Amino acid sequence: MRTAGTNCNAETAFAFEQSGAEVDQVHLQELFAGRVAMKDYHIMALPGGFSYGDDIASGRIFANELRVRLGKDVAKFISDKKLIIGICNGFQILVKAGILPGPFAVGSKTIQTATLFNNDSGKFEDRWVHLKVGGKCVWTKDLPKSIFIPVAHGEGKFIPVNKSVMDALKKNGQIVFSYVKVDGSKPEYPDNPNGSTEDIAGITDPTGRILGLMPHPERHFLATQHPFWTRLGKRPKFGEGAKVFQNGVDYVKKNLL
Amino acid sequence: MIWRIEIKEKPGVFDSVGAGVRHDILDLGISSVKDVRAVQVFLLEGDIDRKGAERICRELLVDLVVQDYTLSDRPAKAAARKGMSEVEIAYNPGVMDPVEASTLKGIHDLGISGVTAVRTARKYIIEGALSPKELEVIKEKALMNKIVQHSVKRPEDSFKSMLVGAKEPALNTPEPLKVKMLGLSDKALVELSKKGQLYLNLNEMKVIQKHFAGLKREPTDIELETLAQTWSEHCNHKTFRGNIAYTVSEGKKSTTEVIQNLLKQTIVKATNTLNKSWCVSVFHDNAGIIKFDEKFNVCFKVETHNHPSALEPFGGSNTGVGGVIRDILGTGLGAKPICNTDIFCFARPDYAFDKLPVGALHPKRVLKGVVSGVRDYGNKMGIPTVNGAICFDDRYVGNPLVFCGTVGIIPKKMEHKKVKKDDLIVVCGGRTGRDGIHGATFSSGDLTHESEVVSSGAVQIGNPIEEKKVLDVLLKARDEGLYSAITDCGAGGLSSAVGEMGAELGARVDLELVPLKYQGLKYHEIWISESQERMVMSVPPKNLERFKQIFAAENVDFAVIGTFPGTGRLELFYNGVRMADLSMHFMHEGTPRITKTAVWSAPKHKMPDFKCPADLTPKLMEVLADFNVCSKEAVIRRYDHEVQGGSVIKPMVGPACDGPSDASVLRPRLGTDKGIAVSNGINPRLGALDPYWMAASAVDEAIRQIIAVGGNLSQVALLDNFCWGNPDKPDRLGGLVRAAKGCHDFAVAYGTPFISGKDSFYNEYNDQGKSIAIPGTILISAIGIMNDVTKSVTMDLKKAGGLLYVVGSTYDEWGGSVYLASHGFIGGQVPVVRSREALAVYHSLSKATAKGLVASAHDCSEGGLAVAVAEMAFAGGLGAAFLAKSVPYEGHSDRDDMVLFSESNSRFVVEVSPENKKAFERTMKDVPCKLVGQVLADEAVFYYGLKDNLCLKADIGVLKAAWQKPLKF
Repeated sequence: MRTAGTNCNAETAFAFEQSGAEVDQVHLQELFAGRVAMKDYHIMALPGGFSYGDDIASGRIFANELRVRLGKDVAKFISDKKLIIGICNGFQILVKAGILPGPFAVGSKTIQTATLFNNDSGKFEDRWVHLKVGGKCVWTKDLPKSIFIPVAHGEGKFIPVNKSVMDALKKNGQIVFSYVKVDGSKPEYPDNPNGSTEDIAGITDPTGRILGLMPHPERHFLATQHPFWTRLGKRPKFGEGAKVFQNGVDYVKKNLL
Repeated sequence: MIWRIEIKEKPGVFDSVGAGVRHDILDLGISSVKDVRAVQVFLLEGDIDRKGAERICRELLVDLVVQDYTLSDRPAKAAARKGMSEVEIAYNPGVMDPVEASTLKGIHDLGISGVTAVRTARKYIIEGALSPKELEVIKEKALMNKIVQHSVKRPEDSFKSMLVGAKEPALNTPEPLKVKMLGLSDKALVELSKKGQLYLNLNEMKVIQKHFAGLKREPTDIELETLAQTWSEHCNHKTFRGNIAYTVSEGKKSTTEVIQNLLKQTIVKATNTLNKSWCVSVFHDNAGIIKFDEKFNVCFKVETHNHPSALEPFGGSNTGVGGVIRDILGTGLGAKPICNTDIFCFARPDYAFDKLPVGALHPKRVLKGVVSGVRDYGNKMGIPTVNGAICFDDRYVGNPLVFCGTVGIIPKKMEHKKVKKDDLIVVCGGRTGRDGIHGATFSSGDLTHESEVVSSGAVQIGNPIEEKKVLDVLLKARDEGLYSAITDCGAGGLSSAVGEMGAELGARVDLELVPLKYQGLKYHEIWISESQERMVMSVPPKNLERFKQIFAAENVDFAVIGTFPGTGRLELFYNGVRMADLSMHFMHEGTPRITKTAVWSAPKHKMPDFKCPADLTPKLMEVLADFNVCSKEAVIRRYDHEVQGGSVIKPMVGPACDGPSDASVLRPRLGTDKGIAVSNGINPRLGALDPYWMAASAVDEAIRQIIAVGGNLSQVALLDNFCWGNPDKPDRLGGLVRAAKGCHDFAVAYGTPFISGKDSFYNEYNDQGKSIAIPGTILISAIGIMNDVTKSVTMDLKKAGGLLYVVGSTYDEWGGSVYLASHGFIGGQVPVVRSREALAVYHSLSKATAKGLVASAHDCSEGGLAVAVAEMAFAGGLGAAFLAKSVPYEGHSDRDDMVLFSESNSRFVVEVSPENKKAFERTMKDVPCKLVGQVLADEAVFYYGLKDNLCLKADIGVLKAAWQKPLKF
């Protein structure tokens, strides 16, 4: 899905296509106008970018459009056990629409139970990070213990509204990606690039079918996207983010077709 | 009804904006500030009750997880506490803040109607004892730029000034203003040109006078404006296309030649001589186009945006990036941008505040602002910024240089455009306002005053999301073949865009049809406004319906403003009244040739007279920490260099992702292994010795970076960008001629044609009567086609035991080197280029990398071999032993520092794994290439001198720290 300022749609579409999906890059306007219907799809991907220029706050305006104008369709999509992934700006949108940490409810009084806020560094930064994989999520099935993919954002610090939200995330296995040092130990800046609470980089909803993450798995889809692939000798064609997309497509093939 | 909303971070939530401002204040040397809190302010005007306003706050404007807000229908009370200052900064009327439009949209999405206007501001609460003067300094130097912003004097003012804005009544239909020109004396013509800010010289004014005398009428104001714009240096390149009498003096001898059209005689001539079949479109379009693969071509353009960046660094570089992206969108039938490259020249960031020329911004502020502007536009457009360079020299203090480049990809057969008779003129994207109206001021005294006040010069803040929308919709319309030609609206606005498109067929425009940002623009302002994010297309009438559908689906505005009627004339109307009627032929061909004088004599510099230090370690540390050599990571990380997924060799390489890469490599089409390498060559210091060799060295540097990453010379194209002082001064022009000749000679020698270029003159700063000219600066950008990006090579050392070679000869060429500068000298032999030897080196090394024999390679530039080896070592996290005695050396010195720090061109340091030794040496047998050392597991470098003396020894961690320190911010 895209709108003004979405800009990682082409490479995200490429990743899904290579993984065996048929992909349409749908402009929000097409959904509003009813020319395209959400129900005709199995996976909703919200790619990275700067929807509406990050004006007011990153993802906010897109989030309101999803929540207010398309809320019923989104709720149906989720209850139909379909998949959603939000990467970077997409993650910001999912959190600000209340779809993550979830569960999402149309017309709910409390909209947001967490946020993604300004990096502690105060800067947009593009750098590679090590992620510990955990939790229970369709998208992270059979991933290795840790993966190496890049972040590129200025507002990626995950903050839950209170302790009980954080406790629920832990209890439900909703924390699926955490920043770590290369050796797997507790990171500081820049290994945790934004100061995220408990080093959280990505979370899922209680069903494990909705994934949101700040780092970009589609930017380590090919082995030559690795920042020092020239040191690593012969490697498989695909990079450490590729499995995420494959998992999504495999789930649909197995459960929804 | 007006609502004021103030939003700030909850206690305990990190206020990054406030913290950033506090840091900037410390940079100003004011240490008494303990804390800064930033408060976002929104003002909503319209018919809306508290309940509605509360909902807007809670669901749109405020992040309730981390922020608190206040909502009020009356002015905020200023904090009266001692030791606490409040400053509120708002945009000047007429300056666009995209947040306002987005907020209106967001309110509409919530289903709330009644809000008619939104304004934004930011309030800073500063804690710490400050004198009124210090507070003023903070405001002007850290919080705002007067060109686009102001400080709100009293809280209640924000309720008035911010909402009134620039609302003026719509203009009544006027008669065109006739300018009295016929019969004017020479003196009066010069006066008219000056008063009207036409920047036309007497010769040109006389040609125009004669033209209208022939028509037996006076010109109208808008006609004169159109001619001034079309004939301007910026659009017409008068210096480069004119005649130059060029004199070279050597001692008592001097020779003079007359060069007719310097551009044709140098840059274009090289391309014509080479006549490469893979050049698809050169010089005449917005960007040069070369072949890429069976389905696509690529195009490349680099522009400058110097003057705006000097006044407003963020806005200047921001719109510079936006402008060059539009150049790519307007190339052929429209190309898709795939990467950006940005190169800057600044004064040193540690420039003394009290020595700044009056009116100049401090270079550190310029640097930060320019980087932020590039970051904002490039990142938001989703175009990776993959490569760049930053040069520092104090002569850039008044005129920083900002080069913005973009590469695009375009399907085959879309490289040509042709306007058809009776096509509609369509303008799309951003609306037109009073942005950048400079020359439009001659017609009346009032207008002069008003234009200057309201337009605030050439400076605007761009709106990258608007341009992203335009990009998305244009590529769709292009692929459906809905328009026959397209061009960007850049310098000169519609006047330039429509004037160019209609050069053959003529154009008729109804100016009242142009969508405006606000009422009240005069007809000629509409015509020459340089508002951002606009494109102009010619659309066959039958396609208009489909065109409308596509644009509506993507929410992009457009308007039909006229036609191309086939009359060969430019006819402008406003509400049916004819305002201009000009012959296109006269507009485009009527410019008189000018002749300028250029002289050149070799400058004299004091020759170095210091002894070679026995231990060169401290000098290496000093050279690594030179602003021109040090790490630019703090800048690079601010740019998204990976969006679109095509990145193969990133700007930072090595296991810690912090080594300085040479050219960047990317794959424009995901799923194929064909790629491009992009690089830049620039070294303004060499111009002080000889601009000819400066240009030659820049060509060489750009090319050798491509070779270093595994490219080859079979398909490399170049761009030239000349930034010079006043070309009416013969010495400045002499340097320019030499540089242009250098460009020609080495483009031909290397078989690398120029495909596009640009020039920027008058880069001089008047400091109380004294002119500070920039050093004449040439930037050469290169793009090379890589057949297989999976064979690319990076510069970080790979493995202990690897063999180190130096490829290419070192000469006694340390003139202009960073090393000599560290001793306080410029003089000495300038590095020359020996193209025959270099070609052999490049061909051999390309063969070796293609065979997979090269583990790492790094080009030698500033700091010579000493810096190249050190960078490779600390980038790879490995040590190195290096023997200067073994270097292929063609000099006569016995100095270790000469061999280690000479900046001879066409050289590389290469790592080869021991099992490839024989094959590598066989491949390199015909060129200067010697085994000079080895990669060590120890994390230290050891350099041995010409007598096997240990002349340099350092831990790589220490070297890296020295290299990383200067530009951390």
